Amino acid sequence: MPEVKTEEMLLNMGPQHPSTHGVFRVVIRTDGEMVLESESHIGYLHRCFEKVAENNNYLQVVPYTDRMDYLCAMANNLGYAQTVEKLMKLQVPERAEYIRVIVTELNRIASHLMAFGTYGMDLGAMTPFLYAFRDREMLLKIFEKLCGQRLNYSYIRVGGVTFDMTDEILADIERFCEYFEPDILKEYNDLLSYNGIFISRAANVGVLPVDLAISYGVTGPSLRGSGVARDLRKDEPSSIYDRFDFDVMVGSGEMGTVGDCWDRYMVRVREMTESVKIVRQAIRDIPSGPFCDKKAFRGVKPPKGEVYHKIEGARGEVGFYLVSDGTVKPYRVKARGPSFCNISVLDALTSKGDCMVADMVAIIGSLDIVMGEVDR
Amino acid sequence: MGLESAQIHQIVKEKFADSVLEEAADAVDPFIVVKPGVIEDLAYFCRDDTRLEFDLLSCISGVDYPERNVIEVIYCLDSTPNKHWLIVKVVLPRDNPRVRTVENVWRTADWHERETYDLLGVTFEGHHNLIRILCAEDWVGYPLRRDYVMPETYRGIRNVVY
Repeated sequence: MPEVKTEEMLLNMGPQHPSTHGVFRVVIRTDGEMVLESESHIGYLHRCFEKVAENNNYLQVVPYTDRMDYLCAMANNLGYAQTVEKLMKLQVPERAEYIRVIVTELNRIASHLMAFGTYGMDLGAMTPFLYAFRDREMLLKIFEKLCGQRLNYSYIRVGGVTFDMTDEILADIERFCEYFEPDILKEYNDLLSYNGIFISRAANVGVLPVDLAISYGVTGPSLRGSGVARDLRKDEPSSIYDRFDFDVMVGSGEMGTVGDCWDRYMVRVREMTESVKIVRQAIRDIPSGPFCDKKAFRGVKPPKGEVYHKIEGARGEVGFYLVSDGTVKPYRVKARGPSFCNISVLDALTSKGDCMVADMVAIIGSLDIVMGEVDR
Repeated sequence: MGLESAQIHQIVKEKFADSVLEEAADAVDPFIVVKPGVIEDLAYFCRDDTRLEFDLLSCISGVDYPERNVIEVIYCLDSTPNKHWLIVKVVLPRDNPRVRTVENVWRTADWHERETYDLLGVTFEGHHNLIRILCAEDWVGYPLRRDYVMPETYRGIRNVVY
């Protein structure tokens, strides 16, 4: 039989691709099915948030922060609002703090539902996607009742929140928590998590060692999947997160190796339980009172100075570095999106020599990126 | 819980006594300003010293100050085991901003430095692949500088000004 000629192939994955979770391009050099090395190219969704923020005043920047991580917009709003409040040393009313925590945790559940559904769909499981979206729809209806928007809320602003959370909405949220946990989460585990095909595609794939993860700046569920119990809600709590009792979910190599795709996926599914716990505690303890600082809502003028503030978003550490020159417009806002660092680890994971082209889809899905905050 | 900012600044000043130019201890977020030439050694020290253990580089951001004729590059460091943080700044001349890369210390600096180069024009010496990351590879100009003027056309596509 004549010698079969083999050669390396240069494949282009994206920027238009159903599994890259946005406009993301990876150039892959393959030897048949095995990936030899990959090179990521980002910047297809660069919308110049930082340049725009220099020309708008502090209130006008808020809608731009929504659109960075558009699946967990409340966390971005919260990060920006708390950064400005930290520089101004502004105290937000108590009720506003509780409302902020409730909506951020609900948004985290919605974001993880999206991650759960689309990850199953990436690997070929079509049904869990619709189940996840059925429940996500309930959350989006609650948000629409609350602030009029389903996805890019601009609800949390410097000084408080825009609209009050009425008793009717609180009752809706309680009803959602009753419905969601524990029955629905058990349903998700039955549908997807312990499915044999899913395990064989996700376990032992894309193993992320701890030192590599921290060196690449990976944070959030992707880092917790590797066994590191780092959660900014516990380590550096801002606002009132230290009043709530919840656990930090960490991957343990249940189905394969610690830090594989299955671990990262399971951390997200389990975190939804913890978020429901926090929401229930917040609903129980929420005080009455004002929900915003009316003077701050009319416009803020922070003193001259610089500050860096970070919170735990759905995908990791959302950070804002703010430089103020004492006017109504910020001098420089640098946004640190967690997906920017999370996706940079892809090139290191695929160059180990044991990654197949199909595994690349599994790894990108398990890192749960949103290109809006990679490119800003 | 980790060390306070003042204690961290003290440890750094002991090792790099004549390179710490300024220490803002009572700002909202205390920071230190160091000479640009020492940033790589300082990075290794911050990461490896057992009292500090800054293993996570949160972000590198650059700020353009045309009135002072400088560009500042700010490194926000964090420590996962000790849960304390540090902000280090270097001040570079605006007409030729160059500083050593720290990508060998923290691998995440690779992309952060590429972004600072792309948007502000800071050259990181020793970086293995300093090309644009967010803008197109053949873009001209550094967008985040205060005196940046949008080009009239890009590859034949006209710029629309409203």
